[in-house]
Amino acid sequence: MPKNKEVKKVIFNSEKEMPLAPMSIGNMLHNKTGAWRNIKPVIELSKCIKCGICWKFCPDASIDIIDDWPAINYDYCKGCGICAEECPEKCIEMVEEER
Amino acid sequence: MKKVIMGNHALSYGAMLSRSQVIAAYPITPQTQVVELLSEMCADGTLEAKFIKVESEHSAMAACLGASLAGARAFTATSAQGLALMHEMLHWASGGRMPVVLGNINRAMAPGWSIWSDQNDSLSERDTGWIQFYCSSNQEVLDSVIQAFKVSEKLMIPSMIILDAFSLSHTYEVVEIPEQEKVDGYLPPFKPPFRLTTEEPHAFGGLTSPDHYMELRYKLQKDMEKVPALVDETGREYEKIFGRRLSQVDDYRCDDAELILVTSGTAGYTARVAVDELREKGIKAGNLRIRLFRPFPFEKVRQIVSSAPKVAVLDRNISYGHHGIFYQEVKSALYGQTAKPTVFGFIAGLGGRDITKDHFKEIVEYALSKDKAEEEIVWIGVKK
Repeated sequence: MPKNKEVKKVIFNSEKEMPLAPMSIGNMLHNKTGAWRNIKPVIELSKCIKCGICWKFCPDASIDIIDDWPAINYDYCKGCGICAEECPEKCIEMVEEER
Repeated sequence: MKKVIMGNHALSYGAMLSRSQVIAAYPITPQTQVVELLSEMCADGTLEAKFIKVESEHSAMAACLGASLAGARAFTATSAQGLALMHEMLHWASGGRMPVVLGNINRAMAPGWSIWSDQNDSLSERDTGWIQFYCSSNQEVLDSVIQAFKVSEKLMIPSMIILDAFSLSHTYEVVEIPEQEKVDGYLPPFKPPFRLTTEEPHAFGGLTSPDHYMELRYKLQKDMEKVPALVDETGREYEKIFGRRLSQVDDYRCDDAELILVTSGTAGYTARVAVDELREKGIKAGNLRIRLFRPFPFEKVRQIVSSAPKVAVLDRNISYGHHGIFYQEVKSALYGQTAKPTVFGFIAGLGGRDITKDHFKEIVEYALSKDKAEEEIVWIGVKK
């Protein structure tokens, strides 16, 4: 599991301190979209060929490559299943989320 | 240099002289010639700009937004259904503070399918946060593009230049084409306060929580409120260089008028012919043409209209279930003021039906014969 970057939540106290346009206001790291997930991807690393396709396709940048191996960040993964669909070795399985 | 050109080409020349750097557009009648000429200018090198061909108006505006955010001066043009398809992106332009300039040829919305003029297309975009200029001559169209870039870039709010289909878009008039060097002196290169760059990366338009969204909207409104004064200031500066003043509104024989006809677009010039003829008969009529519609020129309208006992607003548009839109706006400007002229609302010319000087005489006759506005809408020229 990759380590999350520490980001301080910024709250502006006045409109005067804020930029004109909505640019870099807030940080998506605070928005832990992992809670939206119903099914979660689980990688069977023994079958993984380290091609990086899952990392490339993840629309939410929730897969990191750590020491050549893919690792899913469940704090943000919404469970869309694109990684499982695109994996050429079919080593990612979408399993029912248990809460 | 003077040229006899169509209203659409006045938009093209305005975009060229403003040194637009990116043009992305999709053709639609009655706008086609605007981008036709611009694409030729890009092809033969008259204009050093990137012409981006797109598959829809939604994409046209999206391409302009990307260009604008990257720091390029971006221009596009459309009409009616095309503007409606752009709707979502119009909010992105204003909310993202990207000063794109768009030429919209007023065309009636389908169905019934129509290519002829009325204002419901642009007025449906009234609340998107765009500055709107309604023009009444080809010269004004050209001048307005140049001024709009100046106003928009100063405040980082996009502008829409609006002209009637056919009665302006396809009508040829003598237009003074300003010298490029003079335009360059008036309109310096676009230098945005922020932009999309690898040197200082930012996420634009990202998730904005209730902690901050409202402040962004407050800032947009506060800057919108600066537009009327800036239009006057840049309009006077324009006059110094080019000899033509550009104002929020354009008033004609209003000082002593017992009745003021409020118009927008080409109907303004027709109204003036009627005003002159009525005055010859001893009826003191005047005309107030609203050029800047968003933000609404409250002060100017109050100042000019308050002295007259009666005001007749002509709308080439309708807010279904309410009134003509300029009528609503003029009334809202006068509400709560000490001087309260009686305001009458007329709707004419929908879907390109002609608005003639006789219609204005009919309007004046009606308004002078009534003590109060008895009807919510007085329809002119409907075959009842």
